[in-house]
Amino acid sequence: MASQEILREEPSRASFINDPKVRSLVFQAVVVVVLGALVWWIVQNTIDNLQRLHIASGFGFLRGRAGFDISDSAIAYTSDSTYGRAIVVGFINTLIVAAAGIVTATIIGFIVGVGRLSRNWLIRKICMVYVEVFRNIPPLLVIFFWYSGVLSVLPAPRDSYHLPFGSFLNQRGFYFPRAMWGEGSWLILVAFLVGIAMAWFVARKAHQRQMATGQQFPVFWTSLALVVGLPVLAYALSGFPLSFDFPKQSTFNLTGGFQVKPEFLSLYLALSCYTAAFIAEIVRAGIMGVSKGQTEAAGALGVRPGSILRLVVVPQAMRIVIPPLTSQYLNLTKNSSLAIAIGYPDLTATAGTVLNQTGQAIECVLIMMVVYLVLSLVTSAVMNVVNARMALVER
Amino acid sequence: MQEHDTSWVRTEMALAQPAPAGVRGLGAWVRTNLVGSVGDTILTVIGIALVVMIVPQVVSWAFLNAQWTGPDRTVCATVAQGGIQPDGWSGACWAFVNAKFGQFMFGRYPIEERWRPILVAILFVALLVPLLIPRVPRKGLNAILFFGALPVVAFILLIGGMFGLPHVETSLWGGLLVTLSLSFVGIAVSLPLGIVLALGRRSKMPIIKTLCVIFIETVRGIPLITVLFMASVMLPLFLPEGVTFDKFLRALIGVSLFAAAYMAEVVRGGLQAIPKGQYEGADSLGLGYWQKMNLIVLPQALKLVIPGIVNTFIGMFKDTSLVSIISMFDLLGVVKQNFSDANWATPQTARSGLIFAAFVFWLFCFGMSRYSMFTERRLDTGHKR
Repeated sequence: MASQEILREEPSRASFINDPKVRSLVFQAVVVVVLGALVWWIVQNTIDNLQRLHIASGFGFLRGRAGFDISDSAIAYTSDSTYGRAIVVGFINTLIVAAAGIVTATIIGFIVGVGRLSRNWLIRKICMVYVEVFRNIPPLLVIFFWYSGVLSVLPAPRDSYHLPFGSFLNQRGFYFPRAMWGEGSWLILVAFLVGIAMAWFVARKAHQRQMATGQQFPVFWTSLALVVGLPVLAYALSGFPLSFDFPKQSTFNLTGGFQVKPEFLSLYLALSCYTAAFIAEIVRAGIMGVSKGQTEAAGALGVRPGSILRLVVVPQAMRIVIPPLTSQYLNLTKNSSLAIAIGYPDLTATAGTVLNQTGQAIECVLIMMVVYLVLSLVTSAVMNVVNARMALVER
Repeated sequence: MQEHDTSWVRTEMALAQPAPAGVRGLGAWVRTNLVGSVGDTILTVIGIALVVMIVPQVVSWAFLNAQWTGPDRTVCATVAQGGIQPDGWSGACWAFVNAKFGQFMFGRYPIEERWRPILVAILFVALLVPLLIPRVPRKGLNAILFFGALPVVAFILLIGGMFGLPHVETSLWGGLLVTLSLSFVGIAVSLPLGIVLALGRRSKMPIIKTLCVIFIETVRGIPLITVLFMASVMLPLFLPEGVTFDKFLRALIGVSLFAAAYMAEVVRGGLQAIPKGQYEGADSLGLGYWQKMNLIVLPQALKLVIPGIVNTFIGMFKDTSLVSIISMFDLLGVVKQNFSDANWATPQTARSGLIFAAFVFWLFCFGMSRYSMFTERRLDTGHKR
């Protein structure tokens, strides 16, 4: 074989203008310069404006006296408290409504999502109507509907609806008995925690034993006995320290008990209903994403239908469900900022009030942005951990 | 081993038999779909109970007991509330919606000038419908008219102040007019901007990539309300003294930027789903970056993510209702504003108005989602994975 002579030529150099590297450097430099100029211009304008309006920048204003009341507060707060505390109150309210909404939306969403795949035609159609109605309506409208369409036209306190367990429903909200924990009730909490710890331990041991010997152990019933039984035992031992403060009806109002304000109720119900429709679709997609062969193979191995669902279908469906579920949780948390429209004092509402009173627009908006960003990051981080545990372990 | 006797083989086909009685007809349908097992039967009973509880009430409230026309609140209030209805009456007050219909559509747009938004609406529909029907020819011209000429004509017609049309301030706009114009501009701005951001996020230039990531993740991490707050409170601080922005324009910027960040993530999903061979194929043909994107990658990527894009549109359409919080009067804002009208204040007013608004929003969103399903099926060339 004759060796071929390879003619090496100096590669013809592309024109300087057409060199991708040079181009990208120039382009980035231009962007940086333009953006820098824009930011500088904005900062200059802002400084000028702030000086003109005599607004001192910085976060010192947070120590000032707030001077406004907050209708719904989980921690001690009066109008003499500081602006900082007002914002903290709002933040806690955001957390409360988001957590309650996430739990309820998940429950409704899973029920409706499974219902859409039911063999029962009627259930399927009812769930479909629910999803199609709530997915296509703005959440704000749902909030208003609960607030001004349903809760504010309830009867006045004197004609309250009587509900089971001594609770009442009227236009000032939902009243239910407040639990009064007496002397020694800490024992119940301790017993509850011990119960959970022991149940976890039992489950682990039982799993190890089943892996080693194949013998099963009734984990569920044992855990139930531990988690429920121990606190009940502690309750009896410490001398029944629990009593209830029932709401009582007087001429114009209800006294005693625990009041849930209509603002919270409507926000919570609306966010739950709205997000549940999206979660239902996610759950449906997740279950449909598990191929039929999996169910059939498990059936061929003789696994019972209940166990097939628990051991084969759900773990695989969860892999598909969890990532979009995370973004729905984040959406719900962000949508809780709509509270401002009906006057529930969440973070946006209190920070907005502080903004109006102090004029510290930049600082207040910055606080809001940072808090929501951190909330988003924390939620994603938690869900990422859950996802990592659920994800397929590939070798 | 067992031995098989195969000496007899059937030579003619067996006659077809009628289907077993149990799998055809209404009875069988009911058996499989409603009362298949004990659990199913219980579910059916619960379902029927739900339907019986809810549907008759809704029908009687919304249709049978509803008041369709009337001069003021008396038609929708019981005697005890100062109206003409018997005690215990409960029905929709469509008379309220009827009386305020003009406001719900146009806000405080001057009545003698309302032909202008109506004309814009007619043009909008006349250009949109042929654009949506695949069989109608001349899509290019149609799209240019819709996205290029219509906004200009609509702007001139709605704002006025030239060609002898009296000027109408945007603070007078309201109702469905605001909702639709915010959504239209938002959609028209957020899609191209979202594509640019998505390309930027996947770009190899580190500074561009970082900037795009920061923008997208920040906007996606905060609620729209905060963005609108920023647009309405902070924007005036950022501009030199004396320069003011129209409130409508500020909301428009806020909504568009917000939607663009979500759009960018949807488009990025599509870009990532295109196999690497397509990029390399385009490179080996000697296409430049923009040629590669415009001719090879984006047409495939966008087609893949049509459902996501339409979902973002639907989300944005619903989100325009939030401008009512920064005291602009979109459809929801106008409806809510009218609750305080003493002429119409009854316990049924709020419900009726909100359900009307919900119905309008629902129509648009449901229509969009169905159209996206239709497009998805039509464009499905079997390459989807």
